[in-house]
Amino acid sequence: MAREDREKIREELVVVGNGMAGCRAVEEVLKRDPHRYHITIFGAEPRVNYNRIMLSPLLAGEKRFEDIIINDEAWYADNGITLIAGDAVVEIDRAARTVKSASGRVVEYDRLVLATGSDPFVLPVPGAKLPGVVTFRDMDDVDAMLRASETGRRAVVIGGGLLGLEAAHGLSLRGMEVTVIHLMPTLMERQLDEAAGFLLKTALEARGQTILTGAETEAILGETHVEGVRLTDGRVIPADIVVMAVGIRPNTVLAQAAGLEVGRGIKVDDHMLTSDPAVLAVGECVEHQDVCYGLVAPLWEMCAALADALTARPSEGYRGSVTSTKLKVAGLDVFSAGDFSGGADCEDIVLRDAARGVYKRVVIRDSRIIGAVLYGDTGDGAWYFQLLREGADISAVRDSLIFGQAFAEGGSFADPRQAVAALSDNAEICGCNGVCKGAITRAISEQGLTTLDAVRSVTKASASCGSCTPQVEMLLSLTLGDDYSGERVVSPMCKCTDFTHDDVRRLILEKALKAIPAVMQALHWKTPDGCSSCRPALNYYLLCAWPGEYADDQQSRFVNERLHANIQKDGTYSVVPRMWGGLTSAKELRAIADVVDKFNIPTVKVTGGQRIDLFGVKKEDLPAVWADLNAAGMVSGHAYGKALRTVKTCVGSEWCRFGTQDSTGLGVRIERMTWGSWMPHKFKIAVSGCPRNCAEATIKDFGIVCVDSGYELHIGGNGGIKVRATDLLCKVATEEEVMEYCAAFIQLYREEARYLERTAPWVERVGLDYIKQRIVEDAEGRAQLAARFRFSQQFHQDDPWASRVAGRDAHLHRPLSLAAE
Amino acid sequence: MTDRWIDIGTIHDIPRLGARTVPTPLGDVAVFRTGTDRVFALFDRCPHKGGPLSQGIVHGESVACPLHNWVIDLETGAARAPDKGCARKLAVRVEEGRILLSLPLAVAA
Ligand SMILES: Cc1cc2nc3c(=O)[nH]c(=O)nc-3n(C[C@H](O)[C@H](O)[C@H](O)COP(=O)(O)OP(=O)(O)OC[C@H]3O[C@@H](n4cnc5c(N)ncnc54)[C@H](O)[C@@H]3O)c2cc1C
Ligand code: SF4
Ligand code: FES
Repeated sequence: MAREDREKIREELVVVGNGMAGCRAVEEVLKRDPHRYHITIFGAEPRVNYNRIMLSPLLAGEKRFEDIIINDEAWYADNGITLIAGDAVVEIDRAARTVKSASGRVVEYDRLVLATGSDPFVLPVPGAKLPGVVTFRDMDDVDAMLRASETGRRAVVIGGGLLGLEAAHGLSLRGMEVTVIHLMPTLMERQLDEAAGFLLKTALEARGQTILTGAETEAILGETHVEGVRLTDGRVIPADIVVMAVGIRPNTVLAQAAGLEVGRGIKVDDHMLTSDPAVLAVGECVEHQDVCYGLVAPLWEMCAALADALTARPSEGYRGSVTSTKLKVAGLDVFSAGDFSGGADCEDIVLRDAARGVYKRVVIRDSRIIGAVLYGDTGDGAWYFQLLREGADISAVRDSLIFGQAFAEGGSFADPRQAVAALSDNAEICGCNGVCKGAITRAISEQGLTTLDAVRSVTKASASCGSCTPQVEMLLSLTLGDDYSGERVVSPMCKCTDFTHDDVRRLILEKALKAIPAVMQALHWKTPDGCSSCRPALNYYLLCAWPGEYADDQQSRFVNERLHANIQKDGTYSVVPRMWGGLTSAKELRAIADVVDKFNIPTVKVTGGQRIDLFGVKKEDLPAVWADLNAAGMVSGHAYGKALRTVKTCVGSEWCRFGTQDSTGLGVRIERMTWGSWMPHKFKIAVSGCPRNCAEATIKDFGIVCVDSGYELHIGGNGGIKVRATDLLCKVATEEEVMEYCAAFIQLYREEARYLERTAPWVERVGLDYIKQRIVEDAEGRAQLAARFRFSQQFHQDDPWASRVAGRDAHLHRPLSLAAE
Repeated sequence: MTDRWIDIGTIHDIPRLGARTVPTPLGDVAVFRTGTDRVFALFDRCPHKGGPLSQGIVHGESVACPLHNWVIDLETGAARAPDKGCARKLAVRVEEGRILLSLPLAVAA
């Protein structure tokens, strides 16, 4: 057949979009049938096909444009492809089967492929069109960023997703000061859970980037060129360039205008056919079974199905994809795949290796992996992803799954117990303290150790970060056989960890852990975000360890502390204003009475702690009730908190005929010093003016009984379920000493008791002698304790009611509303 | 009777590991947001003694009731064994950051 004839019977295939999908589709078609079509490719960009993914390394200076070209001009020529680059298609005439380009070129087609990709989403904020605002999608964007980095100093990247972080990384390598603004509290929240997001944020901050999470852009500032970004909270961040990387939207303009069926993307069936069988679509611009994809892996699969359809090969077609992602930032390994949001019927296997900065979480349902998040060590990402896609049953390797492929598939090592048994005596078990297996087993058998704690104190193994705890326990059970009970003497804090309360407190200080996710990472928490038992405890421990530094975590507080009021059985709240030392005034009483009337408060009761309790306040009314009480000079009584509650007093020498000292005045002084302090549990103080003890000081956590010669100090009393009278700590001569001993005792309790342990069981557990030794005998230690207490009080003595009334978190009191369409 | 999807705000309106309530003619609905940004809705009544679940501590995909600490599964509304009972759940989904709650038509109207 003559060449012209052959050409004639070739059908015309026109591809709109010279990007990753368009060219891949052509490659797949050529692979199947190189002679079937005469192919024309339109590209809006004035260049050959390149690897868009590699724009990130290009920006970072790790690649040059030549390195990222996929198909050079020779490829188009060799395959007889007409490339029309830099001339976008503007119209499709489906009836005439032609496309028209911006320059007016009209090309006929038998089959048309739309591969128009996506457009970056630009936030509709004022200033978004200013010069200096760029998106991150193509070579021109990269050029704009490179130019800006040569002259400007500061860059703001809006969007802390994959793309935004890669842009930020590139710009900071180019020497810019980069601030990332991210709306959500977690970076890359679509790919990462809170724990991994926290690690990533910390790592980026360590590299000098500023990461603002939970930050919403309000406007882009500048006259003729961007000068900065203003957030909704009023902060202004100066910028010479602003990169918008807040998302993409399938580019469906052409398809829509041509009357093809379009949802979020161009609708296609399993063979990538659109609603017009002569038109196919592929890549990011399509919507397949309600899903639009933003990664390349799915489009490879789509292109195969499309090529089968175009060359009339029988095929199953495209069935949708499960995707995985990796962040391309050198030195930061982040991987995620599938659904890692977890759920009731799912199990999480979490591994946190603080020493190596590794976090791995595999989510399993019905013995199959449905999601995985890896941070720090992504080596096994591909393996997990393969198991996920195959829906493989992992029961056989479940125990060692989280340690990765090499370990889990290592034959006999599938059982971690056997793996430990097989280790040689000089294999290192505890990395922190450099303890090898032989040292541990020898200590166990020679010194008759039977518990983990004993092994810890003798060998130091697992005494630091604790990540080798399971191995040490296995060695105990391997060495002792049935003699090992497996029980730890002191039980762990909760089921989320192997550490005891005391371990956790010690390690928070030793390792300078300053946030809940940091503790969970460093101490290998077994759950992604803890439980209702460990979170409040951690929040308290951090607050106590780092006054002024640690940012309180509201969601880790029991409702009473979160709303600064007591929840009652019907879901309403009770409100107790502070009455210093039990004193009040006509003005305060009048304000209370007015509040009672104004808010129809059903019950008003005088409490055992000498205050007035207002019952039955609705949650929405709380801020208004507080505002009125604040206006009369009253502050929160913390009657709801694991905190200092009341200081009960009697009238003492001022009125009582027996009074030896001014017990009321002293009570007021003490309450002024101690209010607002958070404690392991509720804490009560009382001051009685003489041994008749009308303020019942001997059943309080700290009780003062005034006598002629001074003050008796009592500790560890409790009037609760199990009544306990106080122990006498000591006697002091002056009010100043009372204040110092009181502050020191409180601080010792705050620093050493376990969360939810009141002073009574604490004193019994550690012994009165110990407390005397710390508070009475060690004058310097006492002064230091008191100083630490006063230091922390400087941050905590602000009225929570007032800050709530001032608007912080006020919205949390209001219900959401039904804004029906 | 078909249900209607009703827009009740954005996912940012609910603190992570927290909840907000939505008043409806059938009673308050608690809308929860987990640590991984999943959103669930239950009527705001604990199956035990009616405690406001919205005020509990959210962890994983469950909430601990603030009154007596029953742990309620957010996906199903069921109390965790040994406790027995179920809080009524409502369908809810998140679309482009907006939370859509499904209410029986009679309620939404
Ligand atoms: C910086 C960056 C990093 C990325 N990193 C990754 C990654 O690590 N992993 C991953 O899987 N994915 C990554 N992606 C996403 C990946 O690049 C896309 O999924 C992929 O490029 C989509 O291919 P596509 O062909 O559908 O669209 P594109 O590659 O965008 O191609 C569409 C082409 O169509 C052209 N076009 C549009 N309209 C017309 C018209 N009317 N006429 C003519 N031409 C037109 C456009 O100019 C464009 O060249 C990244 C994307 C970017 C921008
Ligand atoms: S404790 Fe002593 S001083 Fe105080 S009121 Fe009673 S009798 Fe009077
Ligand atoms: S009412 Fe919820 S636990 Fe009792």
